[in-house]
Amino acid sequence: MSLDALLSAQGLRLSYGRIAALDGVDAEVFPGEVLAVVGESGSGKTTLLNALAGAVRPDAGVVSYRDRDGALHDVHRMSAPALRALHRSDWGTVHQDPRQSLRMAVSAGGNVGERLMTQGARHYGDIRAAAIDWLRQVEIAADRVDDLPRTFSGGMLQRLQIARTLVTQPRLVFMDEPTGGLDVSVQARLLDLIRDLVARLGVAVVLVTHDIAVARLLAGRIVVMRAGQVVETGLTDQVLDDPQHPYTQLLVSSVLHA
Amino acid sequence: MAYVAVKGGERAIDAAHAWLAEDRRGDPAVPELATAQIAEQLGRAVDRVMAEGACYDPDLAALAVKQAQGDLIEAAFLLRAYRTTLPRFADTRPVETGAMAVRRRVSAVFKDMPGGQVLGPTYDYTHRLLDFDLAEPGAAVAEAGSAPPGGPMPGVMDLLGHEGLIQPEAGLDGRPGDLTREPLAFPAGRDVRLQALARGDEGFLLALGYSSQRGYGGAHPFVGELRVGEVTVEVEVPELDFTLDIGDVTVTECQMVNQFKGSKEVPPQFTRGYGLCFGHSERKAMGMALVDRAMRAAELGEDVTAPAQTVEFVLSHCDNIEATGFVEHLKLPHYVDFQSELETIRRLRAGTETGGVEAGE
Amino acid sequence: MNGYNFAYLDEQTKRMIRRALLKAVAIPGYQVPFGSREMPLPYGWGTGGIQVTASILGRADVLKVIDQGADDTTNAVSIRRFFARTAGVATTTHTAEASVIQTRHRIPEAPLRTDQIIVYQVPQPEPLSKLEPSRAETRRMHALAEYGLMHVKLYEDIARIGAVTISYDYPVMVNGRHLMSPSPIPAFDTPKMDGMAALQLFGAGREKRIYAIPPYTSVKPLDFEDHPFRLTRAPHACTLCGAADSYLDEVVTDDRGGRMFVCSDSDFCETRQSGAAA
Repeated sequence: MSLDALLSAQGLRLSYGRIAALDGVDAEVFPGEVLAVVGESGSGKTTLLNALAGAVRPDAGVVSYRDRDGALHDVHRMSAPALRALHRSDWGTVHQDPRQSLRMAVSAGGNVGERLMTQGARHYGDIRAAAIDWLRQVEIAADRVDDLPRTFSGGMLQRLQIARTLVTQPRLVFMDEPTGGLDVSVQARLLDLIRDLVARLGVAVVLVTHDIAVARLLAGRIVVMRAGQVVETGLTDQVLDDPQHPYTQLLVSSVLHA
Repeated sequence: MAYVAVKGGERAIDAAHAWLAEDRRGDPAVPELATAQIAEQLGRAVDRVMAEGACYDPDLAALAVKQAQGDLIEAAFLLRAYRTTLPRFADTRPVETGAMAVRRRVSAVFKDMPGGQVLGPTYDYTHRLLDFDLAEPGAAVAEAGSAPPGGPMPGVMDLLGHEGLIQPEAGLDGRPGDLTREPLAFPAGRDVRLQALARGDEGFLLALGYSSQRGYGGAHPFVGELRVGEVTVEVEVPELDFTLDIGDVTVTECQMVNQFKGSKEVPPQFTRGYGLCFGHSERKAMGMALVDRAMRAAELGEDVTAPAQTVEFVLSHCDNIEATGFVEHLKLPHYVDFQSELETIRRLRAGTETGGVEAGE
Repeated sequence: MNGYNFAYLDEQTKRMIRRALLKAVAIPGYQVPFGSREMPLPYGWGTGGIQVTASILGRADVLKVIDQGADDTTNAVSIRRFFARTAGVATTTHTAEASVIQTRHRIPEAPLRTDQIIVYQVPQPEPLSKLEPSRAETRRMHALAEYGLMHVKLYEDIARIGAVTISYDYPVMVNGRHLMSPSPIPAFDTPKMDGMAALQLFGAGREKRIYAIPPYTSVKPLDFEDHPFRLTRAPHACTLCGAADSYLDEVVTDDRGGRMFVCSDSDFCETRQSGAAA
């Protein structure tokens, strides 16, 4: 593992029956960078995300996380409480469907404040102020703070989920197709927002997407996956402008022709 | 007018129970029911009480039905409360339903098979017309035309098993769980699930099974076999090297055949939903078999979306003694809680906090 | 009573329950699953409390049973009779004379002592049940001490209504570790649990859980620094004994809005009345 890497995966293997979802995958994430994992569906990119986040245990291989004090942790050997503690402090997750992580019967403010309260915040006024501040940062009007998420549009829900995730200032966020299922105009606005927030907060992101355009806009580096293997990796511009692997060439050309 | 705090709970309870006894007896001019009449002539009620009371004793069940004025859940409760005090001498061997003295046996999947279809004593195909002859005692009873069937009657599911078309059932390692001794824990094994269903409320199982047919659970069931009759109960006595026949019990068994698409590892095959209960209750056994199969969704890799498939939901709510206790406990005084709600609502409505006192710290 | 063991339960069952109680005392506020028996009283009517009481009762004990604070409410009478019948122990209505007090919905006004045990009847032991119905999930939340959800509920109350609206069964943190339901006692009684000298035992028969608070254990209601826990009582004095600091029942005296307020703790009230008369 590189000395300055935040998260590192080495030799990840995972099979479902005869199908190899991960076939010897290495990856590294550095502080403050956005790493895109691209590939078509079935390429293993979501499995990789889940293995990195400790949600799916690989058959072989190691995922290591370096904490704020520089200590290394083997993600798949951590105790369940320690892993969950990591997920609610240093890490965050943005799902494609915000309903998966939002509490639909809890107000927007309560949704944003939950992570603070889980971490021990016990001052109502401060929690509420932080929630309102974060709603503003994701461009949701402060007077919506007491509204239920079901009154929000799809784009707003996704922005609310992002606020809920970022409120505790995580070091690393896992995003799975964060703009999937949204209208193109809504997507563009959301991508701008994510790019600004990530840059401003210096948070590292592992971004899974099938959409090369999303990767180009957000990611500094890119990993191209096919059939459980990494076929190409490098700086985003470099890989997308001058793809070396035939599969990457196909991916890039298909987006150009789309 | 001076206020006197409500007193006399003890006298009120005594008086209430005396009144209940009078109410139970009804008009003294009408002859009193004997428990033998209940056991003989209200057999389905007695069967239900034995199944949900989880205690096979027709005489006691008849007494419970009488004592509860025909309230069958109350009667099952009486039987349970009695059962829980009984010493346990031994475990029985699993009953052999294949060796049942069959009174009724139908299969919906084969027109005929060894042993044949036996209609037996059934309400099926009766026209549901009130029989006014029954209103007067002494009406003639027609002789049952046929003798009980003889000869072997192998289980229909075994016939499918020979071809490998139905998923074989895994045997149980060790002693089955017992909900009456150990608290329910999740995930719950099929042994415990079946025990809970066998003791469960007939109406609840009926409704859940029905819901699985209507799309809440996506079942495609066939009645592989439904049989009713007597099975022998045997115990193993450690000092003897043979099993001891301690009597017969009437049971209803239902085996439902369900489609299963198969998975990567398993070829397409049929799967089984199983129902077994004390006494003659086809509705209960069939509902149980539907719900048993629905609850296997997770282990078979099917989506769990419906109530009948949700093991924790089904097992936590199928017991009518638990359910009736908790629903009816709402009759108990709650005025302390209600008072605190009253004061809270008044305080909130007043928009002031004058009604509250600070915490004493 | 003929044909039944002392205090109804057989000794094996009592031993099993005592083991659960010991575990519960060792892990304050943790819900210990136990093999709850089917009792001759309905679930929800105190079967958990009765099993706990039956397991700790000795022949020398003096038992007091209250429901809504009073000894004379029908369910309290019924349970007291059950033990008088099956255990033959002495019973009392005086809090000070009792060695074991079984209660539903109240803690007596008089402070309890180290030589007393209070047994609470618990309908729903899981404090998170209204927020998360799956017990498999709430068990995990307890194991990981993930209680943010409960604070979200308090946050929502304040955001929408301006105050926490829970007025009874107010969730408490026991020994700084386990979130616990104090049973449906009014919030007024919750502070009495903190550092109580008596052993507090909780039995939930239908849900098959036992939990406990050892003497002198920290019990803190959940709250926010800027919205501290508040307790509620009717802002009146008892019409019968004049107490201005006891929990009151509201009695409707006519259909024109007439009300009077009397102590819910009948022994407390009568003791004060006879003291005033003497």
